[in-house]
Amino acid sequence: MNRTWIILGATSSMARAFARAVSQEGAGVLLAGRDRTDLAALAADCQLRGARVAEAVDFDARQPDGFAALVARMEAEEGELNAAVFVGSMPEQAAIDADPSLIDGTVTDSFTGPARFLQMLAPLMEARGGGTVVGVASVAGDRGRLGNYVYGAAKAGFATYLSGLRNRLTRAGGHVVTVKPGFVDTAMTWGLPGMFLVASPEKVAEDIQKAVRKKRNVIYTPFFWRYIMLIIIHVPEFIFKKMKI
Amino acid sequence: MLWKSADYSGWGRVLQAKGEIARPERQAALAALLDEGLLPAMGMRRSYGDAALNDGGRAVDMTRLDRMLGFDPGTGILDVEAGARIGEIAAAFGPKGWLPAVMPGTGFATVGGCIGQDVHGKNHHHAGSFCEHVVSLTLRTAKGVVEVTPEKTPALFCATAGGLGQTGVILSARLRLLPCKGDVMVVTERRMADWEKFIAHLDTSRATYTVGWIDATAKGAALGRGVLEEGETGSGLMPQRIKRRKVPLDAPNFALSSPIVRLFNGAYYRRVPEKGRTVVRPISDFFFPLDKIHDWNRLYGKRGFHQFQCVVPLDQAPALREMLGEIAGSGLASPLAVLKRMGPGRAGYLSFPMEGYTLAVDFPNRAAARELIKHMQARAAEVGGRIYFAKDSLARAEEIPAMYPELDLWRKEVAKADPEGRLATDLVRRLKLRVAK
Repeated sequence: MNRTWIILGATSSMARAFARAVSQEGAGVLLAGRDRTDLAALAADCQLRGARVAEAVDFDARQPDGFAALVARMEAEEGELNAAVFVGSMPEQAAIDADPSLIDGTVTDSFTGPARFLQMLAPLMEARGGGTVVGVASVAGDRGRLGNYVYGAAKAGFATYLSGLRNRLTRAGGHVVTVKPGFVDTAMTWGLPGMFLVASPEKVAEDIQKAVRKKRNVIYTPFFWRYIMLIIIHVPEFIFKKMKI
Repeated sequence: MLWKSADYSGWGRVLQAKGEIARPERQAALAALLDEGLLPAMGMRRSYGDAALNDGGRAVDMTRLDRMLGFDPGTGILDVEAGARIGEIAAAFGPKGWLPAVMPGTGFATVGGCIGQDVHGKNHHHAGSFCEHVVSLTLRTAKGVVEVTPEKTPALFCATAGGLGQTGVILSARLRLLPCKGDVMVVTERRMADWEKFIAHLDTSRATYTVGWIDATAKGAALGRGVLEEGETGSGLMPQRIKRRKVPLDAPNFALSSPIVRLFNGAYYRRVPEKGRTVVRPISDFFFPLDKIHDWNRLYGKRGFHQFQCVVPLDQAPALREMLGEIAGSGLASPLAVLKRMGPGRAGYLSFPMEGYTLAVDFPNRAAARELIKHMQARAAEVGGRIYFAKDSLARAEEIPAMYPELDLWRKEVAKADPEGRLATDLVRRLKLRVAK
């Protein structure tokens, strides 16, 4: 089966690991992001690891004018079309407190930008009668916390969007996997204090691939975050609001 | 965040460092970092001692710059970023009939690390050292990015190959891969009853890949006994995805005590039938036998361990036998001990290989073992041999010039490429490599 993945935010290390993993299985990969030079290097790498096609394409969550061209590029590929969304931005909460306009960019990068793209891609996937959307949300979206509640709110919005999209695509033979990573060893978390049980991007990619294969709906990766978040979600609000976690 | 404050160490875990580390994931981020000043680069830190350490200073972790950038099947030349791991290249290209021409004992070693140590593999007697297959490399020196080749910039190339990262930060390299039949290995294992038999077989072996495991606890008539492995690549189907195991915690100190090692070594020796056998294995099992067990260095416990590795000239085999006798007599060795015949191939001023025999033995980090290793290092120097910077954490500065006669040539090039000495590492300082007497 001819498979193609468009990977949004392909310069991130999680996306890179995922792109490599699907390349090894012979899928085609369109690597979308802003750093063209870096994406070209990744495209070469994916090609050498076995990708049917590997191409760097421009994607900026804040420039929706470019989305139509990407959807058209996807349409040019035969067979099953898939999308994986790794985009998002997490300014420090203190920076947002100082400049509330940063909220717009955070929400665009983490939610509305990719949602708008997926909304444009969905009819094509329905027409082909299948395919999978992998959406990377975050455990930060499960409950608003002092440290990053704007980012968390954006990811929560994206998770809710993915849930609705799943409802829609399932009817057409497609599927949506919502991925909620815990702490992952990426450039975003490098050197942050208080990190524990940090997973490698390769481990996350492996979990995502497994979830796609088994048509899982919502996964936490590594799996134990489901239980950590289960506890956090159930802390009564009158206690939670005084906590600093 | 850009910088991470970390306590880190080499593979042997004896020598430690504390400092800030950056780990860029894009070339643009690395370039911006180095524009502010050169920094020592580190890869997977598989060197045992302090080759990748910069205590109290900053360093750049290259492991996320690990992409393969292009391959020409006509010439077999692979363009690859310095942080790529040899095992990954082997896994991607083995099934297509190509392998890195030289592969060290761990697939976790990065391309940059293999260049910085000019590593050798089980085919050194035929293929030479790693850097003899480096067609060119891009190097970020104090003067900017330069293309380094053996033909156009021979002195800089010789100072970079095995040059411990002192000429600049290696960004990428073009490697000439070697055609192979496929990604399985046909391996013939034979018991070697004693030293004489071992050396005789090593001398006459015609196999492409040869390596000897030696029982460094066997004494008397059994001194030098071991298992000789000879391998050839082949095509076929082997289950590739083997479950990796992990060492979850530091082992207690008695885990590698003398009676246990002796028992283990005896069983390991007898595992191979008396008449030998030929088996088929995935390439990664043959080349990187210990990579299956993640963090195996923890087996040595918290105190860490040392590896002594030296090479001595061909005519000094008897001296090496004496050294092995002393090691066996000490009862300090661990099961990990390797004997190999090397060819003359080497690419740089500070490259380890010389034509002769190389012996590598691991020791738990105990006072007696440290003394023994220091004594062995002096013995190796006396007979015209040398020790390997990738393994060392105990050598003394005054021993090095005799072992590495081209040290001054290296110093001259290094002084040009990094005049401010920003790339100096703990190893370079400990052995006073960059300081002329």
